[in-house]
Amino acid sequence: MILNASGCLDALAAPDVARSLDAFVTKTVTPEPREGNAPVRIAETDAGMLNSIGLQNPGIDAFVEDMLPRLCTLGVPIWVSVGGFSADDYAELCARLDGEEGVAAIELNVSCPNVTSPVEEADELVTAAREATRKTLYTKLSPSAPDVAAAAEAAAGAGTDGLSLVNTLRGMALEPTTLRPVLGRETGGLSGPALRPVALAAVHACYQATGLPIVGMGGVETGRHALELIAAGASAIALGTVLFRDPGAPSRVRAELAREAAAHGVAEAPDLRGVAHGALPVRTKKPAKTA
Amino acid sequence: MQPSRASVAAVEPVGPYVLLRVERGDLDPGTPGQFFMLSPPGRTLPRPMSLCVAPPGELGFLLEASGPGTRALAALGPGDELDVLGPLGNGFRLEVERPLLVGGGIGIAPLPYLADRLGGAPAVLGFRSERHAEAAALLPGAEVVVEPQLVTELIVPGHDVLACGPEPMLRAIAHRHPGAQLAWEAPMACGYGACYGCVVEIRGRLRRLCVEGPVLPAAAVAAAEVAA
Repeated sequence: MILNASGCLDALAAPDVARSLDAFVTKTVTPEPREGNAPVRIAETDAGMLNSIGLQNPGIDAFVEDMLPRLCTLGVPIWVSVGGFSADDYAELCARLDGEEGVAAIELNVSCPNVTSPVEEADELVTAAREATRKTLYTKLSPSAPDVAAAAEAAAGAGTDGLSLVNTLRGMALEPTTLRPVLGRETGGLSGPALRPVALAAVHACYQATGLPIVGMGGVETGRHALELIAAGASAIALGTVLFRDPGAPSRVRAELAREAAAHGVAEAPDLRGVAHGALPVRTKKPAKTA
Repeated sequence: MQPSRASVAAVEPVGPYVLLRVERGDLDPGTPGQFFMLSPPGRTLPRPMSLCVAPPGELGFLLEASGPGTRALAALGPGDELDVLGPLGNGFRLEVERPLLVGGGIGIAPLPYLADRLGGAPAVLGFRSERHAEAAALLPGAEVVVEPQLVTELIVPGHDVLACGPEPMLRAIAHRHPGAQLAWEAPMACGYGACYGCVVEIRGRLRRLCVEGPVLPAAAVAAAEVAA
């Protein structure tokens, strides 16, 4: 199952790319409209990129009234990423989406490095969300938590159905001549290849700690990268930064992943879930062909 | 939507700049002022480049090798391959009566193709040095100035101004020529509306340049008065 990482695709601007995914994850929606951070918002680094978008979005009212109906016409399951500045915000956002048939799942962005964090701990935000909706909840965690596995266990205890791992890491780039920060907000979230081993470690630790379904993401560019996250414990893969260079990446990575699975002697990639922990691959048989 | 694999035909110096010519393949050259995302080898992000020249079978992009991405593009050689996505964004409106092309520095990039599509048009170009001004060879017949003289001084009233260049130049043109069409640039990660990285203030709000532009009517942006 291949998704996009939240904030890395506008399904309405590129519907054909969205349709090439197994589910589309929206850019994070907040209670009120947000214009986002002042430019400069992006900078390339040696092994990735920094972004400091700042959750630019139309707010939950305009999202539900205007965007969601248009997203629902795409024919792809819609996951809505939500973010706020207090537990009440998460409760309000989830309550608004609870009755929306077109919403397949809600991803709780409790780890954006580009805005002020709520005072509550992540598990308190999950508790507030859980009480407000019966929708499937995924909680997106930061790999910069001192103990991401403990954060995952707390989210599991608070009622999350799955985890999204990982969000970006805070980083900075300086202008070569002025030595001033490139980004308008000085720091931004690091994504791309540099994040890959970080994501692998976080998925590995959280799978071991919780066994929950995990959307693994962080620097995935090829089927091999996706396979490694699955081996570490991911049950689905999200593509982020690679989409900027290659909007054809979902179909390409899916095909590469199928070849990787075949090379490892399994029918499909999910059969290799958790293999990094010493589990044996699941030897599912391909459905018998009818004569 | 997916990038095309393009083969490099030639990489030619133009003064201090580089003209990267790639085989056109099935790529559409698009409207002047539209842009393509070129993926430099070994870099995470592609780079937005407007089309400079469109000879038969080729697309040519004018680069200034100033950072790791543009340096990697300039280091390509004939036969090398790179991913190209485009054309993207909104180009110049070509239905104008008395066009005058105005370019500053590397901002002259889209003007040769624009002049070609207009069937010829007068042009005024400004550069920071005589060496940079060698790039004026891409627009034969253009009037050229070198700093400290400003190209905006050469704009005579009564023309439809189509301009590309540094931000202060564009804001000065917006102040004096509210009917002008201005090609802007901003750092971009994707070029197709996905990343929200390229926002600029357009009609009073931060909007994506790759979706709304990169060519914008002067009235959509904040104008600024400049000396001279």
